[in-house]
Amino acid sequence: MIDKTVASAADAVFGIEDGSTVMIGGFGRAGQPVELIDALIAQGAGDLTIVSNNAGNGDTGLAALLARGRVRRMICSFPRQHDSWVFDGLYRAGKIELELVPQGNLAERIRAAGAGIGGFFTPTGVGTDLAQGKEERVIDGRRYILEHPIAADVALISAYRGDRWGNLVYRETARNFGPVMASAATVTVAQVDHVVELGAIEPESVVTPGIFVDRVVAVPPRRWVDHGRFVGGVDIDGEPLEVTR
Amino acid sequence: MTGLGRVELAQRIARDIPEGAYVNLGIGAPTLVADHLPDGLEIILHTENGLLGMGRAPEPGAVDPDLINAGKQPVTALPGAAYFHHADSFGMMRGGHLDVCVLGAFQVSSSGDLANWSTGAPGAIPAVGGAMDLAIGAKSVWVMTDLLARDGTSKLVSECTYPLTGVACVSRVYTDRAVFDVMPDGFRVRELLGGSTVAELESLTALTLRDRP
Repeated sequence: MIDKTVASAADAVFGIEDGSTVMIGGFGRAGQPVELIDALIAQGAGDLTIVSNNAGNGDTGLAALLARGRVRRMICSFPRQHDSWVFDGLYRAGKIELELVPQGNLAERIRAAGAGIGGFFTPTGVGTDLAQGKEERVIDGRRYILEHPIAADVALISAYRGDRWGNLVYRETARNFGPVMASAATVTVAQVDHVVELGAIEPESVVTPGIFVDRVVAVPPRRWVDHGRFVGGVDIDGEPLEVTR
Repeated sequence: MTGLGRVELAQRIARDIPEGAYVNLGIGAPTLVADHLPDGLEIILHTENGLLGMGRAPEPGAVDPDLINAGKQPVTALPGAAYFHHADSFGMMRGGHLDVCVLGAFQVSSSGDLANWSTGAPGAIPAVGGAMDLAIGAKSVWVMTDLLARDGTSKLVSECTYPLTGVACVSRVYTDRAVFDVMPDGFRVRELLGGSTVAELESLTALTLRDRP
């Protein structure tokens, strides 16, 4: 019997080594696997290269991992945000390396790694500072630059439902980088709101087939969803609206 | 000449978007265009983080943190909306499937080069996001901006001095003083706004402008 589910977030991040490249899903806070990141912080791996669209929000999740000094290098498209003070401080102090990648090139480089593509020519970035040092080629009269795949040792992603074979469905725009990251890592770990019985996810509706997923762990459900229905009552950070911040 | 306000300019841009268009509105002022799309027309808004059929902001109390736009603000999804992952979303741009995108700008050159992601200031933390993908990724790339920067210099220039976002990618510029088309031989005034004259625009931009056809 195949059973990719594990009992705890700590079990889910077991074996991540110092110096690893770790992909972390999410666009801002949507789809950020906060419970897995917290488990990674507790697990203790350091000297990490993190691949993620942003570089942390506020003081939780990816920002907390950065604050602990566990990250040597960030590969991302949009580190600077109104609430990215943790990254900003590390960057200004010269304590973290940054590889800035246009967002679509980031997604496609990850997709390429997962699909066994050795590189691709893209028009994005042509003629800009971010094309410096990259091979340029004219194809059918248009300029393109060569981009290489980005693979990882581990991907940490967040989905809505998963089964013991690792099939996943996501919720709304929290899907974002999850499917491509799942395909591009040696070990892919998915946290899900609900582990469901095999067959409970319609085969037509599976977004990430289980072949791309190695470990599935259930985390507490989102406060704003009940039985798949939006029940509201939260702010953009998922905090209850009654709480005055 | 007084110039249009932000909201009036958003209304002006919204009028030029045809029914059936797939449209991406960039972060910042272009987001305002969504609030002025004509009622009764079906125009499909794309957001880079994986949604076609984006609707307006939710009521307070109906904020769903899983449902956000590129600026990470809460939005809604219309009936008929579709979710997809990031590689598909940027494939829609790069593959030329979007009809229009509207972006902000620091500078636009007379050959249609766009600078809108970095001022190149020393010590600034660089962040590009989807700007470079959007700049080259729609059939029509429109810029929404004031004609003049805060320091009074023209944002329409013969050559960009800020770092480029994309080369020869802008087709039209909507400013508070006029709408310009980017033609093979430079900017052409398409429409004067707020009582401007072509002579005044030439004085403000220090460019030679072609007048309306």
